[in-house]
Amino acid sequence: MPKIKIDGKEYEVEAGQNLLHTCLSLGLDLPYFCWHPEMGSVGACRQCAVTQYANEEDERGRLVMGCMTPVTDGGIYSIGDQSAQDFRSAVIEDLMTNHPHDCPVCEEGGECHLQDMTEMSGHTVRYYEGSKRTHVNQDLGPFINHEMNRCITCYRCVRYYREYAGGTDLAALGRNYQVYFGRQQDGALESEFAGNLVEVCPTGVFTDKTFSGHYARKWDLQTAPSVCNHCAVGCNTTPGERYGALRRVVNRYHGDINGYFLCDRGRFGYEYVNSELRLKRVLGAAEKDLLATTATKDTKVFPEISPQKGVQKLAELLSPDSARQVIGIGSPRATLENNFALRQFVGDENFYLGVSPRAASLMEGCKSLHASPDTRSPTIPDIEAADAVFILGEDVSNTAPRVALALRQSVRNAVLDKARKLKIPTWQDAAVRQLDDGERSPLFIAATEPTRLADVVSGLLVAAPQDLARFGFAVAHTIDPSAPAVTGLSQPQQRAAVQVAEWLMSARNPLLVTGSGCQSEDIIEASRNITRALAKHRAAPVNTCIVQPEANSLGLSLLQPETPTAHQQHLMQVAQLVEENQEAGLGTCLVILENDLFTRIDPHIAERLIRGAKTVVVLDVLLTGTTQRADLIFPASAVVESQGTFVSNEGRAQHFYPVYEGSDYIQESWRWLADAALYFCQHNTEFPPHIEAMANWEHTADVDAALQNAVPGLAGISEIPPDRNFRISGLKVARQTHRYSGRTAMYANLCVAEKKQPVDDDSPLSYSMEGAHSEAPPALASSSWAPGWNSNQSINKFQDEVGGHLRGGESGLRLTLEEAGSDSGWKTEIPNAFAADPEQLLIVPRYCVFGSDELSNEAPGVRELSARAKLLVSSLDADRLDIRNHDRVGLQIRDQDLELDAELCADLPAGMVCLPMGIPGLPHIDLDISAYAGLRLVQRAATAPVSRNPSPDIAPETGGQQ
Amino acid sequence: MARTIEKAVTVEPEIIAREKVPGPYANYLTAQEKAEIDHEIPRYETKRAVGIDALKIVQKYRGWISDDTLKAVAEYLSLSVAELEGVATFYTLIFREPVGRQVIYYCDSVSCWIMGGEQVRAKLEEHLGIKPGETTADGEYTLIPIQCLGDCDKAPVMMVGEQMHRHLSCEKIREIFAGENA
Ligand code: SF4
Ligand code: SF4
Ligand code: FES
Ligand code: FES
Repeated sequence: MPKIKIDGKEYEVEAGQNLLHTCLSLGLDLPYFCWHPEMGSVGACRQCAVTQYANEEDERGRLVMGCMTPVTDGGIYSIGDQSAQDFRSAVIEDLMTNHPHDCPVCEEGGECHLQDMTEMSGHTVRYYEGSKRTHVNQDLGPFINHEMNRCITCYRCVRYYREYAGGTDLAALGRNYQVYFGRQQDGALESEFAGNLVEVCPTGVFTDKTFSGHYARKWDLQTAPSVCNHCAVGCNTTPGERYGALRRVVNRYHGDINGYFLCDRGRFGYEYVNSELRLKRVLGAAEKDLLATTATKDTKVFPEISPQKGVQKLAELLSPDSARQVIGIGSPRATLENNFALRQFVGDENFYLGVSPRAASLMEGCKSLHASPDTRSPTIPDIEAADAVFILGEDVSNTAPRVALALRQSVRNAVLDKARKLKIPTWQDAAVRQLDDGERSPLFIAATEPTRLADVVSGLLVAAPQDLARFGFAVAHTIDPSAPAVTGLSQPQQRAAVQVAEWLMSARNPLLVTGSGCQSEDIIEASRNITRALAKHRAAPVNTCIVQPEANSLGLSLLQPETPTAHQQHLMQVAQLVEENQEAGLGTCLVILENDLFTRIDPHIAERLIRGAKTVVVLDVLLTGTTQRADLIFPASAVVESQGTFVSNEGRAQHFYPVYEGSDYIQESWRWLADAALYFCQHNTEFPPHIEAMANWEHTADVDAALQNAVPGLAGISEIPPDRNFRISGLKVARQTHRYSGRTAMYANLCVAEKKQPVDDDSPLSYSMEGAHSEAPPALASSSWAPGWNSNQSINKFQDEVGGHLRGGESGLRLTLEEAGSDSGWKTEIPNAFAADPEQLLIVPRYCVFGSDELSNEAPGVRELSARAKLLVSSLDADRLDIRNHDRVGLQIRDQDLELDAELCADLPAGMVCLPMGIPGLPHIDLDISAYAGLRLVQRAATAPVSRNPSPDIAPETGGQQ
Repeated sequence: MARTIEKAVTVEPEIIAREKVPGPYANYLTAQEKAEIDHEIPRYETKRAVGIDALKIVQKYRGWISDDTLKAVAEYLSLSVAELEGVATFYTLIFREPVGRQVIYYCDSVSCWIMGGEQVRAKLEEHLGIKPGETTADGEYTLIPIQCLGDCDKAPVMMVGEQMHRHLSCEKIREIFAGENA
């Protein structure tokens, strides 16, 4: 390791790094703008200047840019040298000539890298008195504000947006004094990773528009470590609260998961928590004849009842009654704790997964692929390190967005390797990009649509799910000829299969990405064969990213009880049971946990199921279709108000803490169930032991302890969170910053006495500014701050090296899943090839990052963008049916008729359409029941006025903005 | 020069389809414009690099680059509109607003500035009655500053249309426009 000297002090440092990276990793303060740990150096801003000395005798030295200077053994540098300090201060002064100095009204203020760096550089007096250039700002959509006057032209935004995230609609426009970072014209930024601009831009040019609507300074937000619940990647987040409302979500660094970046669903989907549909009270339905209204006879009204009364009613379900059966319906979006509490409440044999039969079987398939000795589940850095990737049947950009961002980095490994061979450090970003002649590490996508990664693929196969599975089987057979062969594959497909197999076999870090996105078990089976073949070839397990749709899909599948009479635990089974019970004169009582059945199975069947039940109890966050039909409703905490655990796609169990207490009677679902158990035990003399145990649950830790005893796969889970008695020098970790303002006065409009802070008995965190701050271990650290570092860049101070792992260990527990049965050998059931039928088009599910997630759809911005969801139609079918791009089309699915806009795709084979799932306003289509549809033109899209060919004379068109 | 994508296979079109559904600007450019652009394409490594030439070609016929023209060229070259706008707004010779029949580029770079470029600009403004970036009411002239016309030894200089004018002075400017108007 090279030894260097900085300001007279010796350090032993990592070889091959640049000086800026090294200084920051050593904990030294050196200002910078254009450099970013994920994006490397371009040496553009000149802010990181240091003095480098030729030898011990050299007293003058020369200025070098820290970010562009590799550390060399014996190197002598100075950060504090006067000429370097003067230079840095002058650079800032220059940048600031055009800066509006509007910190008091700037939403970046208080967490601004520019403020921090200006202070650090020592430029504290403004001499410039000239006028400043001004810009017109753009409307960039529902998520992001634009205030171009604040720009310091560091180019980080375009480097992030275009080069890192693959966006195309943001660019540096103009020149000289007038460089403008924006779109060609107003309009929502297209990338689903645009929100990161808010954190990447070191100034207040790009800020969070959803936050603007209910803004508070960073130091005035109460925060806690949380986990995103909008997909199963499990990105770590810091939600912030003030005045009892959730204000925003920002990235919380996790070295094995999200790193510095979130997707926009995760960042901006939070507003559902503040939605008007939020349930806050206990409601008991009463049927009412509403005179003089158009309401039908059985329209329910929901008068509020006291929580005690509600709990009493819920407890009644526990008394033995041979005339009824109590069924619990769990949910992949609820925590392990809540699901487990329900399972304990109703008894293992009465617990159902709350998903369709297809989804249940896919969950099972994914779980067993996870558990297979042939697979290993990759972290996000593992995905980025892959040098050959095969995506089989999953549109990760929409189902696991953060994974897609990582895959986009993986294709650069070929160029990075080339750079290494040429001895160009990989952090030399501009130089490495110069090398890029289009060569990429192979990424082959076999999917039902081209997907948003299509611009970086080496090969693409767009086909129906069964054909994708066949292709996957063929790849497995090519890798290992003892795997079953596929007959009847087209020549090009055959050749591509050989190519993909070769890529995977010759790669150092091959990666398979698969999942339940096509709702096809065949694809999971094919993935089984591929991993088996490849693992055999490599004599090592294969990195396999298995994507499931919901935050706790994998966790829920672990909770499936292994009863001797293992029944299929899906909703159709419940529907059948309800019917059978009805016929036998038995009543069925349903306890539904955080689940809207109308989004899971055919809405008619869901309706029948609910109507057939004697009593329906729902615990949920929002008023959903299911809640509206309940007899008893309990308000459940949203993730930001709960303590609990999710198991991510990676198989990592992650614990999160409430940012604030939910208002009114909101509490975690398990507490309602435990309250009922307690009530029951208090009012009865005989009670089963598992109910008695539940009655004693007081803290989340109690549930976790019971959980790990009951579920073998979850061993170790109760050790993940630091114990609730954990203290730092006798203190809890504070949720409020040490500068939190106005606490004694903020509720003075309601009562002049200072409101008592809630007490958190459940976790080592306190609802207070008193307590430990920066010393918290990563699992408890919600937001980072260090003296002089108020922006998110302060995370530098908490990493073992910049951009590396958090000191104190990354949080979460990677579970080791045990495969249930013995190794079952090759999967041999190869599906038949897809045969297109012009009358009946195959419906294939399509997911939308904005629109396919139930909860985030209640955030207004997400809802606005979900309206863009279109039906993907093959150009071949479109020609036949005279449908053009953006036309309104009708889809006849059995007895349902949907109308939506069409998007034509030339890659799509004839005979199938991709239907967006979960979109607000469209009914849920249960593809188990309705797999085919008829398609017709409803209305021609208004033709754009541009498809004319104006005469070459000067056209009287409106001008651009320059 | 053809790009070598070492590892990437050319998978046959049946399976790797990169076809595009025709975009809204498919019929916007004239055959002549397209032919001239096509001629430029093989001369560059990337389509991106063709952007500036393509804009010049289209501007030659249309006088300036409107938003629609910009989008049509971007669509034709499979570039993002934002990227092409970056090119269009970087170069002084691409007009994103209608310009007069003649464009006057006066140099506002160092040598010309030393040699009295500011007076030249003031004189031009006075004579034409417009500010830099504007077009005269009769649609004849547009005044645009430019960074160094490469004729520093004859500073200050300007270019009217394709015609260079050197060693400028207020007197000379009067003469030039007197002649033009005659
Ligand atoms: S907008 Fe922000 S990130 Fe982009 S160049 Fe300006 S200051 Fe830098
Ligand atoms: S990738 Fe998934 S977990 Fe991460 S922020 Fe987006 S929705 Fe949330
Ligand atoms: S950070 Fe080194 S030059 Fe910008
Ligand atoms: S500075 Fe005017 S021509 Fe060079």
